[in-house]
Amino acid sequence: MQLTKDEEKALNGENGQALATAYRILLAIGKATEAEKLVPVDWAHVSGVNYNTIGDSGVEFLEQLSSDAKVAVKTTINPMGFDPVKINSLKLSKEFVAKQNRIIDAYERMGVTKSFTCIPYEVFDLPDIGTDVSFAESNAAVYANSVAGLRTNKESAVSALASSLTGKAPYSELRIEEFRKPNKCIRVNDELDGELDYGLLGYFAGKVSDNTVAFDGIDYLTKRNAKALSAAIGTSGSCGMFALGKASETIDFGKEEARKVRDELHTGEKGDVITLGSPQLGVDDLWMLASIVQGKKFKKRCLIFCARAAYESARKLGYTETVEKAGGEILCDCCTCLTPLIDRNEVDGVITNSIKGAYYLNNWNKVGVCLKSLKDIVKEECE
Amino acid sequence: MLEEFEGYSEGRMRIKCRTIVRGAGDGETLVTRQAINFLTMVDLKTGVVNDDRHELYKQNIANKVLVFPNSIGSSVGAYSIYALKINNVAPKAIVCGKADIATASGCAIANIPLVDSPESNVFAIKSGSTVKVDAVNGLIEIAEK
Repeated sequence: MQLTKDEEKALNGENGQALATAYRILLAIGKATEAEKLVPVDWAHVSGVNYNTIGDSGVEFLEQLSSDAKVAVKTTINPMGFDPVKINSLKLSKEFVAKQNRIIDAYERMGVTKSFTCIPYEVFDLPDIGTDVSFAESNAAVYANSVAGLRTNKESAVSALASSLTGKAPYSELRIEEFRKPNKCIRVNDELDGELDYGLLGYFAGKVSDNTVAFDGIDYLTKRNAKALSAAIGTSGSCGMFALGKASETIDFGKEEARKVRDELHTGEKGDVITLGSPQLGVDDLWMLASIVQGKKFKKRCLIFCARAAYESARKLGYTETVEKAGGEILCDCCTCLTPLIDRNEVDGVITNSIKGAYYLNNWNKVGVCLKSLKDIVKEECE
Repeated sequence: MLEEFEGYSEGRMRIKCRTIVRGAGDGETLVTRQAINFLTMVDLKTGVVNDDRHELYKQNIANKVLVFPNSIGSSVGAYSIYALKINNVAPKAIVCGKADIATASGCAIANIPLVDSPESNVFAIKSGSTVKVDAVNGLIEIAEK
């Protein structure tokens, strides 16, 4: 990869240690993705905010970096571990809270927008179609490429951070038109009904494809289904984009394939807690939830994760009151993935409609997960 | 063993590859054809693979030359690689089939030598072989088995 003279200087530490680290990261990913050069990005979305995702060494890395690092472009960040407004009603160790706060302080020193959301594409206005951005958080990268018309590779937490500090990213892979053409196509042979079915499809697609995958047999996607699809694609593999249509190589997806994915992720028949979110709920999701739980009551504890900006809008519109009257516990700034709020010693199992949530609850929190669509959750877990 | 490794007894076998993160490391290989999600499949305190569906289950990646196709899943995998390094249980060097962004950026901040795109099939190397990774000139040297 060719660097300009100024970029070389920054790599060699002439503009400080933080920028040297950032360019070192960009150089490595540029080589790995065969980039010829760096190009400007307008927006970086950085993951690695929740303490559970980065651990002690991550805290120290960010603290050290933040001593001389400043964002060069608009930078938004992923959810943290808990809702700071409701912290007193949440069971959290003092250690977790202290370390989480050190992470937030480090990001704040760097000058990020404290969005604490995994759905930046829903919270913020989108730049023009074709704009280069740098999104870590896999669901956001897939959604940005596939639905929002932006260009990003499936960035890592630290590569998006490097883009934030430099305003640049390697010109490679999904930033190049040629790569955005799907090379594999999933022929959908089954009627898909709602977010859970799209999640099953996405998890399957992520496993069998790499750069861009096409879906043949889907004519239209609601935002809700596109979110579920994007999140599931991002969970199971390295694929960073989907398109609707055909491609040269075709792989079939029907009832049998959906059942296999479900068997992998549906690891418990019951659950004593319901979680909604991953990705977080936006205003439309909260409206939809309010409209189906109106006048009903959750029989179990139901944690609903949403972006604070979405929550505030939904509150003014009256949606959150309806959900809370039904017993829903709405939490902002945090999400299901690697949540410290689900402790396997206190919970028998979790019911969720999120494929991504199920994967991490299973593989990280090590709790059994009962997969159910939102429709079935309301039908079976409300009275 | 595939035929490209038949020249063993006559000397060391060399495989050309691409340097992604510069450095050098040598040690015993741990080889898998399965992708790795560092966040969910590896105990970051010990380096032991703790996912019972992975073929490296219960094996330790610490101080090995880890050979695997690429990492998958979470964008915070780079921090997981960094945590392995800080906890002194990182691989001495990593050989990928095709290095992905999480692995490349993780190795960049952790200073773990990383090469990829080997010119012959590295997945045919047996686990436990002694190899040197020269991540300056882009070479893997297999010493013995």
